[in-house]
Amino acid sequence: MPKPPAKNDYDDKFGSAEEQQTVENLTKSEYKWGFTTDIETDMAPKGLNENIVRFISAKKEEPEWLLQWRLKAFRHWQKMVEPKWPNVKYPPIDFQNAYYYAAPKPQKQLESLDEVDPKLRETFDKLGISIMEQKRLSNVAVDAVMDSVSVATTFQGELKKHGIIFGAFSEAVKNHPELVRKYLGSVVPYTDNFYAALNSAVFSDGSFCYIPKGVRCPMELSTYFRINAANTGQFERTLIVADEGANVSYLEGCTAPMRDENQLHAAVVEIYVHKEAQVKYSTVQNWYPGDENGVGGVYNFVTKRAITHENAKVSWTQVETGSAITWKYPSVILKGDNSIGEFYSVALTNNYQQADTGTKMMHLGKNTRSTIISKGISAGKSQNSYRGLVRVGKNAENARNFSQCDSLLIGDQCGAHTFPYLEIKNPTAQVEHEATTSKIGDDQIFYLLQRGISEEDAINMIVNGYCKEVFRELPMEFAVEAQKLLAVSLEGSVG
Amino acid sequence: MKNDSPKDRAVCDAFIRDFQNLEAQLNGQSSTPFHEKRVRAITTFAELGFPNMRQEKWKYTSIAPLLKEKFQLASAHKITEKALQPFLINGLEENRVVFVNGYFDKALSKYDMPPGVLIAGLDEAYHSHAALIDEHLGKYLQIDEQPFAALNTAFARDGILIHIPQNTVIEKPLHLLFISDVDERPFHSHPRNLIILEQGSQLSLVESHHTLSPDVYFNNFVTEIIVGPNAKLDHIKIQDESKAAYHFAATQAKVARDAVFNSTGIDLGGAILRNDINIEFTGENAEAQLLGFYYATGTQLMDNHTFIDHAVPHCNSNELFKGFLDDKSHGVFNGAVLVRPDAQKTNAFQQNQAILISKNATIDAKPELEIFADDVLCSHGATIGELQDDHLFYLRSRGIGEEMAKAMLHIAFANDIFERIKIDAVREKLEAEIIARFGG
Repeated sequence: MPKPPAKNDYDDKFGSAEEQQTVENLTKSEYKWGFTTDIETDMAPKGLNENIVRFISAKKEEPEWLLQWRLKAFRHWQKMVEPKWPNVKYPPIDFQNAYYYAAPKPQKQLESLDEVDPKLRETFDKLGISIMEQKRLSNVAVDAVMDSVSVATTFQGELKKHGIIFGAFSEAVKNHPELVRKYLGSVVPYTDNFYAALNSAVFSDGSFCYIPKGVRCPMELSTYFRINAANTGQFERTLIVADEGANVSYLEGCTAPMRDENQLHAAVVEIYVHKEAQVKYSTVQNWYPGDENGVGGVYNFVTKRAITHENAKVSWTQVETGSAITWKYPSVILKGDNSIGEFYSVALTNNYQQADTGTKMMHLGKNTRSTIISKGISAGKSQNSYRGLVRVGKNAENARNFSQCDSLLIGDQCGAHTFPYLEIKNPTAQVEHEATTSKIGDDQIFYLLQRGISEEDAINMIVNGYCKEVFRELPMEFAVEAQKLLAVSLEGSVG
Repeated sequence: MKNDSPKDRAVCDAFIRDFQNLEAQLNGQSSTPFHEKRVRAITTFAELGFPNMRQEKWKYTSIAPLLKEKFQLASAHKITEKALQPFLINGLEENRVVFVNGYFDKALSKYDMPPGVLIAGLDEAYHSHAALIDEHLGKYLQIDEQPFAALNTAFARDGILIHIPQNTVIEKPLHLLFISDVDERPFHSHPRNLIILEQGSQLSLVESHHTLSPDVYFNNFVTEIIVGPNAKLDHIKIQDESKAAYHFAATQAKVARDAVFNSTGIDLGGAILRNDINIEFTGENAEAQLLGFYYATGTQLMDNHTFIDHAVPHCNSNELFKGFLDDKSHGVFNGAVLVRPDAQKTNAFQQNQAILISKNATIDAKPELEIFADDVLCSHGATIGELQDDHLFYLRSRGIGEEMAKAMLHIAFANDIFERIKIDAVREKLEAEIIARFGG
């Protein structure tokens, strides 16, 4: 359990006072010389060692303290072993046989949508993505009016007015080093787990978001409006800080299928929620899941965690339909009294996809409350696991948890699994966990069929109804897309 | 070896030395298939070592106190008939089998069975029924990942052997008593039970564990149960060992086509208790009911691990575990249900409820579902908490004092399990026990 950073004291994260002094000196002297390291190549050589970490840091023109932090994470990572407990199977990953830095390659600009893979276009149409948006997503040159840069700039101005900092992580390191330094690793320390340590050592970029005291963010913050972080690479790092009484809703991901050549994705999301603040974090994940035979696809090993102080609230909502393997447990440390954690999830697996996902709710403060609603859908030959932890500490008087984990099986080749862990150390806690597993009722399908609805549509309707509890937590436009996304992802699983 | 702590290694070696002594005593039997199983088991145990909390199955259960004790292998021991009296159950006095420190006590046992029914001490029966024992013993329980089961198999010598032939119905429940009485030094004992119900037979079994002294000892049971096609076994186990004792019990049941297996476990004693109950369905339309109740006080650790394997279609399982945790006690519940591919039309329900009475008590619960077939109805539920305020309010608004109201609710909570016990004398005894505990 990470300690919250004390003001101006980075001891627990960045080493002792002497070390910090050294870092300080180094940083200062570096400024004198500037970053003169001449880097000609745009790609780090294969493999992972300290030089690669230094290379990445230098490429990003990072201050010395961040480099030291990366190096510490790297040294710690070397001592760690890959976790084997998730209920997923994949061939061993050779961490030395991968590239850890590649400058974003400019993609080939297409003249018109006709050049786009027809299969991809079909999917776009089914998802109901507008032509303009389709062009943007498939990298077709768009006219000036719809230029997302101008859109983005408009919003940036609006945000600035409220004092909200929102942008690429690497920019935040340059413009707001004091904030980044204070909060980086405060929720997910680099020692946390194997993939968090790896991410800390080699993270490519990501987003940074700071909402000042008492500010209610006037819009949903989304990667949608953010072109500068479009190519965040495979080791994304997101840091969100909501200061006292702030309120923000953050959207991550996109319903459109994302093709990516990197197989391993290890992201870290940290959310630091001060007193009375509220953060809502919604994710739609639709990375490449591999083909029908389970070849290819992204390994998505993510660490997401939030820490809440008094009367604060964090809500995670996720719709997971992509990736060959998903391994992800958005968690909340309910540190302050009366704080609230919520987790709403729909995880759908088809073909040979594997998902081991769930949440952790650590109740430390008094009167803390958490709600977990997880809906798993397995189809094809996929395996879908819910793994969750509810821990009530000794001093968490009157903690309350309600968990509901339902699994839906479509076809007799797939699997649905539930592994909840309940660890309770306080007698006043009320913890309830419920899980059910079933298939779509024949009578439900029959009812819809006899009203002239095709079997595929019937299943879509039933599945969407089943996920409604989660979808209604999503921001409006996301919810509409998510419903269509489920339909697309379920294709071929019927009959 | 999986456990590489040198200290634990030394404890393992002490047990291995005891095994070598046992082997020396068994010179007449050392070439039997039974003994070959023992030798294989001690090798497995030596490889596994004692479990530690890094292993998923032992995540919440520390056996460190057990490893600090020095035990010697239990030897045959005599107790008086009078000492047995408090443990007898009304109406079942004449139908009892008594074991003392893990050894069959023929003199204290009394039972009258129809011809063809075999009820005997395992050690004695090996002279007359070696073929039956060799056929079944150790065949059902996998010891490869269970160090305690491996240890039991290595030291397996005596225990109960029950064989009910086809279409035989035993009307009267049979009472098995396991009495522990420490002489001088703490002992370790490894009773091995084998219960075989052939097709169409029926048996009701009450197994109870008691102690004559509040001493330290280590009982490590393994029970293998075969419920044949269309057979029915009711099994009630009441564990009331010494509060300083270690009680480990692994049960492996195979339930065949159309058979019924009802298992009820009541746990009150033991410093560390660990139950591993595995039920495997081997034929369609079989049914299993698994009930458990525990009441932990002081620093007791009570750990129930259950595993229900729906290997074939059309089977039903129903599981309900309830417990109270008082003082500094620690409860662990891990209930896994596996529905294998093609085990369609499975119904599997599991409920686990715990009430923490004291501020220092802990419960760790982990209900698991692993499902590989689609046409199934499976659910699990877990609740942990205090008594519900509105229930308490209801009673208090009717003029019942807080203490009394709490006692009533606690008794009602426990009765959920007790009322399903069909043998009146056993149920009444347990109800009286729980009322006494809550000062009702």
